[in-house]
Amino acid sequence: MEKQAAVQSLTDTMAKFTAYIGKHLPTDVEKKLAELRAKETKPLAKAIYLSMAENQDAANRLDRPSCQDTGVIQYFVTAGAKFPLLGELGEILEEATREATRTAPLRHNAVETFVEKNTGTNTGTKIPWLDWDIVPDDDGVTIDVYMAGGGCTLPGSATVLMPGQGYEGVAEFVFNVISSRGVNACPPLLVGVGVSTAVETAARLSKKALMRPVGSHNADPNAAKMETLLEDGLNEMGIGPQGLTGTNSVMGVNIESSARHPSTIGVAVNTGCWAHRRGRIRINADLSYEILTHEGAKL
Amino acid sequence: MNKKVLTTPIKDEDLEDLRVGDVVYLTGHIVTCRDVAHRRLIELKRELPVDLKGGAIFHAGPIVRKLDDGKFEMVSIGPTTSMRMEKFELEFIEQTGVKLIVGKGGMGPLTEEGCKKYKAVHAIFPGGCAVLAATQVEEIERAEWQDLGMPETLWVNRVKELGPLIISIDTQGNNLIEKNKAEFNAKKGPILEKIYSQVSFIK
Repeated sequence: MEKQAAVQSLTDTMAKFTAYIGKHLPTDVEKKLAELRAKETKPLAKAIYLSMAENQDAANRLDRPSCQDTGVIQYFVTAGAKFPLLGELGEILEEATREATRTAPLRHNAVETFVEKNTGTNTGTKIPWLDWDIVPDDDGVTIDVYMAGGGCTLPGSATVLMPGQGYEGVAEFVFNVISSRGVNACPPLLVGVGVSTAVETAARLSKKALMRPVGSHNADPNAAKMETLLEDGLNEMGIGPQGLTGTNSVMGVNIESSARHPSTIGVAVNTGCWAHRRGRIRINADLSYEILTHEGAKL
Repeated sequence: MNKKVLTTPIKDEDLEDLRVGDVVYLTGHIVTCRDVAHRRLIELKRELPVDLKGGAIFHAGPIVRKLDDGKFEMVSIGPTTSMRMEKFELEFIEQTGVKLIVGKGGMGPLTEEGCKKYKAVHAIFPGGCAVLAATQVEEIERAEWQDLGMPETLWVNRVKELGPLIISIDTQGNNLIEKNKAEFNAKKGPILEKIYSQVSFIK
């Protein structure tokens, strides 16, 4: 394939995939919501779960973004160092965002800071936001597309604890964020926690944690245990869908971590709303692709 | 059970028996109104281009498609976080005479005071259910302050049985979400105590 044709082909795929994830929830999230709905006992909460299911059906039937807030588009790129379009990928994703904005259509959500004008294209300075991991000896690329609305972005918080506060301090921080600010973020939430060395490293990991499947666990046994403890504990609070109280509070808690300075514990919390619109696509060197998050998806 | 349907213009007596947790639907008109519209009215003292007396506002920034005949189609419209409008809402209610404020999540003491004093209510439409709401919009009749861009434009919608709307602040100033939050916070301490004893990983 000529390079220009290849660029066009990948742009087209990514535009379609970006539009797609705004209209269809990933399979893991759908299954979890069905499970939470089945377990719910409070009448008002049950009615809300029913509205949610009706909404997803209507979005599918009418081919529309299921939530009006289609977020600032973020791409988490795990790129093989030998992927043929590595150098072009940034521009391709920017053009894919513009294209998806027109065709989906997506809401215009990129406001240039200080100028304070909406660009109308969902692109702007450093937007769509790109996050890169490079994998040696790989000629493909895996991309997570994420649409976080303003509602579930607002609770985001990070701090640096002193080691004396320990993992007890991490648990307290997570609970404070969710109980005070999670209520408005369209629960049941997926809670992403980063445990690391500083605010920015913890914050990045907390967002990466939201890219992990609902129900998956950290490879470290202590971290996995803490995920379960936090999930069970938050559920015991009974926040329910939309904060209107219910049997559960969250879809899960995912923790990602790094090594840390001996004097610091960086901790961050990011939340994904119940309409957790993310999708993962694997693109091979010949630009054939596989969608990994949505069973039966067709672009 | 019969659906309780409010119709605009809404009168004081339509709201006085409603209590937090009640579910209602709205037929008539509802205007999207969020951050900048509130700021323009209250801080910049600009007159709103829409008469809201007895009316309803929706804290929402929708996706709207412009059709070839110049009309607008409502694609997706759901509530945004109401708390962002808290600092303006008391004066907003006082100045406009709005009766129903639809949004997401709770609001605070200023809105409670406004609802109590001027007989208005705040209600929650389930967040994220934006196509459901769009199918309840019959027509976008007007679009004002389009200079604000798609999310912030005042979209004047004619709706039929928009809902479910869960009353979260009633005309007595009761606040459902604040009550819920107090319950969550009361449970937090004992739950955390149980967790602390199991996460002493630094030894």
